Amino acid sequence: MTVPVRIALLGCGAEYSGVMPEIYEAARQVEAEVFYPDVTLADIRSAGKGFGLDVHSADLKLIIARAEALVTGRAEADAVFIATCFRCAEAAIVRNELRRYIHEASCLPVVSYSFTERTTSGTLLTRMEALVTIARRRALLARERQEGLTMGLDSGSATTKAIIMKDNEVIGTGWRPTTQVQQSADEVIALALEESGVRRSEIEAVGVTGYGRFLLGNAIGADLIQEELTVNSKGAVYLADRQHGFATVIDIGGMDNKAITVQDGIPGVFTMGGICAGASGRFLEMTAKRLGIDITELGPLAMKGTAKNVPMNSYCIVFGTQSLVNALAAGNTPADVAAAACHSVAEQVYEQQLQEVDIREPVIMVGGTSLISGLVHAMGELLQTEIVVPRYSQYIGAVGSALLASGFIRKE
Amino acid sequence: MAKVYIYPGTSLILSDLVARFGHQPLGSALAVRERVQTPGLDSPPLQITPEDPKKGLRYAAVEVPSGVRGRMSLFGPQIEEAEAGIIISDADLSFGCMGCARTNELVQFLLHRRDIPLLELDYPCNDEEGVRFVAAIKEFLSSLPGGVST
Repeated sequence: MTVPVRIALLGCGAEYSGVMPEIYEAARQVEAEVFYPDVTLADIRSAGKGFGLDVHSADLKLIIARAEALVTGRAEADAVFIATCFRCAEAAIVRNELRRYIHEASCLPVVSYSFTERTTSGTLLTRMEALVTIARRRALLARERQEGLTMGLDSGSATTKAIIMKDNEVIGTGWRPTTQVQQSADEVIALALEESGVRRSEIEAVGVTGYGRFLLGNAIGADLIQEELTVNSKGAVYLADRQHGFATVIDIGGMDNKAITVQDGIPGVFTMGGICAGASGRFLEMTAKRLGIDITELGPLAMKGTAKNVPMNSYCIVFGTQSLVNALAAGNTPADVAAAACHSVAEQVYEQQLQEVDIREPVIMVGGTSLISGLVHAMGELLQTEIVVPRYSQYIGAVGSALLASGFIRKE
Repeated sequence: MAKVYIYPGTSLILSDLVARFGHQPLGSALAVRERVQTPGLDSPPLQITPEDPKKGLRYAAVEVPSGVRGRMSLFGPQIEEAEAGIIISDADLSFGCMGCARTNELVQFLLHRRDIPLLELDYPCNDEEGVRFVAAIKEFLSSLPGGVST
């Protein structure tokens, strides 16, 4: 029987929001157990002084004391989950500072989340799974070269991707919009096999990631079924050739976004959010449709425009689009509108997600939206850095899966 | 006998004093006890389900964090039910505490809005203040309808 990964819960308000069963269930699904680190009353009394943040809420003092116990080794854990109420300013400050403190002062993987009473175990599952992967599979994540003949699949919410790799080289790719999970996967596998010129039976190991990973992975008997936070991090630093030291990975996806601070290829701090459709690739798709162009043309068009010429009244996908329509009606150029849409998405991710991780250079953008040059440019301007977009960045999950899957090749 | 809301709600000392003087203490222990003694275990440890923060909307708007509304679903009805209240400011954690500062502000605000007798005291810092503290609580509780003079 596998020893469960022990995840320390530093929570404020979770018990009173009715979400504890959801937290426990998400942990159970990834063979982890959630526990509260033991502290004494004296620890809580001195917590504010030691940490340097004097908060009013007693539960926040308590989680500061628990964090100090973890960092100093008075309490032991494999990973840390910080959960506080959504919309609580005091808790947000503590949540962010504790995450930074634990990351810097210990080697514990940490993720934070602000919940409402509507938070479900499904929402928490990928985050918990990533914590467990980092805690349990460090050796696997240390892999820096792909070996043998492996296939990676990324069953994403918007698109399905396949990659075939041989001896550390990509030899086949497949890409399709996701319709039926299995059918889309079959199509991209066929495309990748055709391009690579190998037979399915020759593939030595398969890795699967993305939303459809469990369905697909079980159906095809994958060797590795892995959430996209660790897989994408690994794929990003591998493709960008930044496997050592720090990096930040940004993946603006079709349904949610990921921002990950990576150290030596292993995620340290990460956030994953479906903040809003207005901060996703969907908004850019809608903008392209409204402008009557293909999504591949949006980026170059945006590079010719000036975002500040278009007043955006909202980040919302509905009202934001309305602002774009109003701008067109007022005589703004399609280039300005395209630039404004890219800036809007980048700014929202910057304001609402990137504040939750430590931005460490190089910043690597991956996923399909990384091919939209206007979005990459807008993000680079906001972060005041040159963004790295590696080759095959749109296949990031599939590349990461193929890379990690080679650890499962059975040697004769 | 009067129903007396105690703040901090987890204070066993306050709860005991109220009961000793013939009244019913209203606080966290009572609110949580009623839940954990209810058949079925929906959401341990406090048995609060996602429905409770919605009940808390009676006391705090939807933009208020769910933890505040969940707490108010417990304390709000007690405040409405209370016929008197005792508020101890800056209490030591060992005396009793309420976890969320925003909830604490709202609880105290709602108690002040009720037209009921309220005793407000600072937590004592030494023996002399402690004696005056207990005497003040005794006098207040004795003055309430049905109070016991000991």
